Amino acid sequence: MSAAQTKATFCIQNGPSFEGISFGANKSVAGETVFTTSLVGYPESMTDPSYRGQILVFTQPLIGNYGVPSGEARDEFNLLKYFESPHIHVVGVIVAEYAYQYSHWTAVESLAQWCQREGVAAVTGVDTRELVQYLREQGSSLGRITLAEQEPIPYVNPMKTNLVAQVTTKKPFHVSALPGKARANVALIDCGVKENIIRCLVKRGANVTVFPYDYRIQDIASEFDGIFLSNGPGNPELCQVTISNVRELLNNPSYDRIPIFGICLGHQLLALASGAFTHKLKYGNRAHNIPAMDLTTGQCHITSQNHGYAVDPETLSKGLWKPYFVNLNDKSNEGMIHLQRPIFSTQFHPEAKGGPLDTAILFDKFFDNIETYQLESQRKVSMSLKVTRNTGKSKLQTLNVTKLAKERVLF
Amino acid sequence: MTSIYTSTEPTTSAFTTEEYKPQLVEGVNSVLVIGSGGLSIGQAGEFDYSGSQAIKALKEDDKFTILINPNIATNQTSHSLADKIYYLPVTPEYITYIIELERPDAILLTFGGQTGLNCGVALDQSGVLAKYNVKVLGTPIKTLITSEDRDLFASALREIDIPIAESFACETVDEALDAAERVKYPVIVRSAYALGGLGSGFANNASEMKELTAQSLSLAPQILVEKSLKGWKEVEYEVVRDRVGNCITVCNMENFDPLGVHTGDSIVFAPSQTLSDEEFHMLRSAAIKIIRHLGVIGECNVQYALQPNGLDYRVIEVNARLSRSSALASKATGYPLAYTAAKIGLGYTLPELPNPITKTTVANFEPSLDYIVAKIPKWDLSKFQYVDRSIGSSMKSVGEVMAIGRNYEEAFQKALRQVDPSVLGFQGSAEFGDGLDEALRTPTDRRVLAIGQALIHENYTVERVNELSNIDKWFLYKCMNIVNIYKELGLVESLSHLNKDLLQRAKKLGFSDQQIAVTINKHSSANISELEVRSLRKKSGIIPFVKRIDTLAAEFPAQTNYLYTTYNATKNDVEFNENGMLVLGSGVYRIGSSVEFDWCAVNTAKTLRAQGKKTIMINYNPETVSTDFDEVDRLYFEELSYERVMDIYEMEQAEGCVISVGGQLPQNIALKLYDNGCNILGTNPNDIDRAENRHKFSSILDSINVDQPEWSELTSVEEANLFASKVNYPVLIRPSYVLSGAAMSVVNNEKELKTKLTLASDVSPDHPVVMSKFIEGAQEIDVDAVAYDGTVLVHAISEHVENAGVHSGDASLILPPQHLSEHVKISLKDIADKVAKAWKITGPFNMQIIKDGEHVLKVIECNIRASRSFPFVSKVLGVNFIEIAVKAFLGGDIVPKPVDLMLNKKYDYVATKVPQFSFTRLAGADPFLGVEMASTGEVASFGKDLIESYWTAIQSTMNFHVPLPPSGILFGGDLSKEYLGQVASIVATIGYRIYTTNEAAKSYLQKHIKEKDLQVSLIEFPKNDKRKLRELFQKYDIKAVFNLASKRAESTDDVDYIMRRNAIDFAIPLFNEPQTALLFAKCLKAKIAEKIKILESHDVIVPPEVRSWDEFLGFKAY
Repeated sequence: MSAAQTKATFCIQNGPSFEGISFGANKSVAGETVFTTSLVGYPESMTDPSYRGQILVFTQPLIGNYGVPSGEARDEFNLLKYFESPHIHVVGVIVAEYAYQYSHWTAVESLAQWCQREGVAAVTGVDTRELVQYLREQGSSLGRITLAEQEPIPYVNPMKTNLVAQVTTKKPFHVSALPGKARANVALIDCGVKENIIRCLVKRGANVTVFPYDYRIQDIASEFDGIFLSNGPGNPELCQVTISNVRELLNNPSYDRIPIFGICLGHQLLALASGAFTHKLKYGNRAHNIPAMDLTTGQCHITSQNHGYAVDPETLSKGLWKPYFVNLNDKSNEGMIHLQRPIFSTQFHPEAKGGPLDTAILFDKFFDNIETYQLESQRKVSMSLKVTRNTGKSKLQTLNVTKLAKERVLF
Repeated sequence: MTSIYTSTEPTTSAFTTEEYKPQLVEGVNSVLVIGSGGLSIGQAGEFDYSGSQAIKALKEDDKFTILINPNIATNQTSHSLADKIYYLPVTPEYITYIIELERPDAILLTFGGQTGLNCGVALDQSGVLAKYNVKVLGTPIKTLITSEDRDLFASALREIDIPIAESFACETVDEALDAAERVKYPVIVRSAYALGGLGSGFANNASEMKELTAQSLSLAPQILVEKSLKGWKEVEYEVVRDRVGNCITVCNMENFDPLGVHTGDSIVFAPSQTLSDEEFHMLRSAAIKIIRHLGVIGECNVQYALQPNGLDYRVIEVNARLSRSSALASKATGYPLAYTAAKIGLGYTLPELPNPITKTTVANFEPSLDYIVAKIPKWDLSKFQYVDRSIGSSMKSVGEVMAIGRNYEEAFQKALRQVDPSVLGFQGSAEFGDGLDEALRTPTDRRVLAIGQALIHENYTVERVNELSNIDKWFLYKCMNIVNIYKELGLVESLSHLNKDLLQRAKKLGFSDQQIAVTINKHSSANISELEVRSLRKKSGIIPFVKRIDTLAAEFPAQTNYLYTTYNATKNDVEFNENGMLVLGSGVYRIGSSVEFDWCAVNTAKTLRAQGKKTIMINYNPETVSTDFDEVDRLYFEELSYERVMDIYEMEQAEGCVISVGGQLPQNIALKLYDNGCNILGTNPNDIDRAENRHKFSSILDSINVDQPEWSELTSVEEANLFASKVNYPVLIRPSYVLSGAAMSVVNNEKELKTKLTLASDVSPDHPVVMSKFIEGAQEIDVDAVAYDGTVLVHAISEHVENAGVHSGDASLILPPQHLSEHVKISLKDIADKVAKAWKITGPFNMQIIKDGEHVLKVIECNIRASRSFPFVSKVLGVNFIEIAVKAFLGGDIVPKPVDLMLNKKYDYVATKVPQFSFTRLAGADPFLGVEMASTGEVASFGKDLIESYWTAIQSTMNFHVPLPPSGILFGGDLSKEYLGQVASIVATIGYRIYTTNEAAKSYLQKHIKEKDLQVSLIEFPKNDKRKLRELFQKYDIKAVFNLASKRAESTDDVDYIMRRNAIDFAIPLFNEPQTALLFAKCLKAKIAEKIKILESHDVIVPPEVRSWDEFLGFKAY
């Protein structure tokens, strides 16, 4: 422990407050307080754009044990090797006990150094079990971290802002499959996509073109073998532009054989676009241990989850959609599948990172759908995909993917 | 073979249908459950726990359960669980007899440890299961065989591209080089036969390999080449799979000790702490892939070696059964693995089963822990002579503890104290001297002390300790946090200088009040007591908080009763409004205290609950039934220290505390609890103390005219010499507080006295040494009794087979006694009455009495608590002594009327309890019986007479193979006594060949064998060539050894020692004590013809001893 410790107070709006020690940035922050029961994967969670604006409480009491791996390291696809996006998205973390010394072969810095560098508040020494019990009873609540000798900042409800707009890529970018391995072109609508989702697609042979969340996918869908709707933060109802784009996509009969796969927020947006409703869960599901049953087979999987909203399965249009998975703990909806078309989505995260890899097979299912679609339409895969899009002025504009950025465009 | 499950397809029925019917195995009404037998190293109490849970699960489904388990001290062997119980050998032979008699529809093989699993495989291969159409519930036999057979296992894992730790046997240098290329450098070379690591070593490249193997192969014909995984992490996963392929991993665990130490001998933390998400889930996915591929239906354990600086890994082992690790995982997470596995065996799927902890969620999930669990093994190696103290691939520990904390330091320090209450926490020891580096490098039972010494006292850096031990730095950094508190405490000069902040931080890092006091005293002139620290702490408002273990990190509400305390919290999970009754459990299993005290604790809680009392158990042993989630109203998985018990007592505002059913450990804190205001149930702790203090004990015996051997309390060697010459050698020496005979020894002369006295005073420096006259050749008797307000309510008299001098825990007990006159029984009762009255006993007590000659009875020991023979006497007499004791505690109308079960009752059966030893596991240890206890468990069997019950009981000990004539029997030992000759004269007449190793013994034996045509033969006995010895044993077909030496070997060169040790190493029955040798010889004479007839018969002939417990008793006892 360092000699100069800064005290920090964590307060819940209209709720209890907890005294602790700051080990992060010298900065008071506010956000929505949520908790995860995952045992491992703090670098993955903290860089997951879905956590945008939140203060994350870890129920695993010992955090920081294995330090933080490099945020620069990239894999053979030029994707970030250890992070789910280039930066931390949570505004603060609350832990029971921070490990001031770490030990791991991939670590390049400590969690504290990382938080300080990224401007993220971090508090240790909190009875996180007591905190979770409060959140469990009261539901997700607004919270703030105030450092000693700083003025408390006002509570902020990030769920009222369009968080997706903050985390989406600002311009399209392209990630290619390894040379000779390409078998499909996939368009990915980035609402805050995790690096590993892109990896799960390119690893299986997709050239992935990632579009900003408000990109008019309905205009260019014909150029792709499959459409992917990503995860992301916040209230899905605030993504009206994406919802209406997807609705147009679904309603366009010429696209009725194109495979679509959505994860998490992508699932909720698909549901909303299809006419179903979503609602906010009391305290959400953020864990690596949640059982989801495949309602088409009865098989159960342990899933990785991170969401505060859920689809109401009763509102799925009968005759077109049916629930695909169900959460065995709280019986909430975990996915939907179209009765005729190759479209499905899941509330949980088959790509994991962090969490169990049990449902990675759903990416294979997406690729099976793609293959069928390709056979049906005799499509060929081209490396130098040229995407044309219909602008509002109905003037064709060509997007040459080889000229696109190769990674997220942050600004 | 087709599956017993009609469907392997999952269904959504559990979720979608209101009233679904699970597709259970059809036609199964009765189930035979295989127990694991006597507690031994590697197979201990965990199987009582998992077996009990399995039976609970079966009973819920209205299955008739038949149990075979000769371990009479277990909870499992009770009619409150199993419907029918056989105290018989867990062998394919005896299981076949039970199948013939009971015709069970199904069998459970995976809840009885390796023993159960081996029996199952044998019964399948011999066709018994098919013949009687017995269904194997859960994991099919084929899978069990694959997981056990090294080659089948390797090829199964190769099929799914999972790497295993492979080992290649090579006979030439070229073969070895090839093998090294296959497994990749660095490699380890092990010599298959050479002892002591000769010819073993590491090679980093081909040239080193060439040199090493050339040398190794000159020493041994064959070497094993394996990839060197030195310093790799060891990680385990507990996996569950149902018949339709749903899989979960319930827990993962990480070893503190890097690879190379048997997981049973490793310090373990759960969940893993140093693994990243990528590593954690890579291994989790592999575990699921493996058990799906193998087809496990139930529970399975997968052990890995994980590269410490990369993503390479190897599977070390898969156990397709409940194991020690699964018991630990179950207790660590709260997830009832054995219960779930048993239900899965019946055909339930995971989503169909509710999570019994939360009741609101399903069993198909993975627990999330919001605490950290530490497991530390308990070794008892100092009890053995010549034992090799290093720990490695073969397990040596006899028990384990589990501690829970909200941080590493808290859990670790709790666990260290639980293993040994005389330890303060994480601490050093000066014993290593210049050998500290070596002590860090080589794993032994003492290494954790070496780490403490290095970090606390010798200024070693974390880097240095990591370099020497390969223990991950994360653990060592955390240890340094403890070291830093030690340093801060070292600067405190008095109690008033101990500020709240430091005290609070020390408590958060798991420091005990005692540890704080001792640390301050050591570095200052302060003389602070534990109680002063406690009172300061309470005044400062620093008291522990109580948290629940709920399997899901508080995500959902769960009303569990499974609790621990922590200082790293700000809120309690529970309200304290039950005013329950505290029951202190047994703590860690060790030599002298094991499952029998768990039986006592469980039955205490049961009786209290039946009387309408709320119960609170404190225990920290993960191998026990008393720590199961449904045995008590509240379970504290906590230290049994004064500090923690008092904390809980005060918080819970408990009505009272039971201290006399958990063995010596809780008894040791009784007086302190009482003095500080705790309401102790039963005998007043001051009276208990009057029995434990030798002086007080003796003078009271004198005052009530009860005889005892001459004794004296001595403080110097001179005084001791004087006393010994007055009473004549041999004499017995012991410390005043005795735990399983520690430091007790018989001394035969002045020279021995001098050496032994120094050893004994090491044990307990504050207590003087007590010496007493040792009476040779006397008979020993155990009296177990329960009294109320000084009046004996019930008592049992068990007769020892062995003569006095063998520790009562190692003795074979006969009940009802067969060789005691009515007069002696009356005198024994008279002594019990006097003692109960003199000590004003309420509750259990036990006495050991020796009978010298016809009438002289001398009390040698009295414990005012339940003894290890309580379950034995309760089950044999059909009267639950603990139930009576608890009723006595509570007093009033429920106290039963006194009854004499010894005098006025006729029994048409006899039961014999025999010790279970674990010498096989303890390389080098001398299998010699003395006043130091050496057995790790016990078994008991019933019979129509002594011969039948001993015959069955001795076969119930693990891996006992009855020698069949005309095989050879080797004789050795003391020729000055008649015993050896008597034994030889009996066995010679029934067709065995008699061998011995020297002329004197030959003529001695020949003289005793009356028949002239029965020859005693001499065999060579090469003392230092084990390989040759093995060949000789094979050549002469030696199938039993009788070695009746009169005293311990003085060196490892001693012929008798070598004979005894090799009998163990070659897995041959050894008889090393005259009375048991003689009794066994009589059994052979009476029984061997029948045995041979049965074994040779084509039809299954069930021998007469195969009768269930209730058939022997004539009623169902509990």
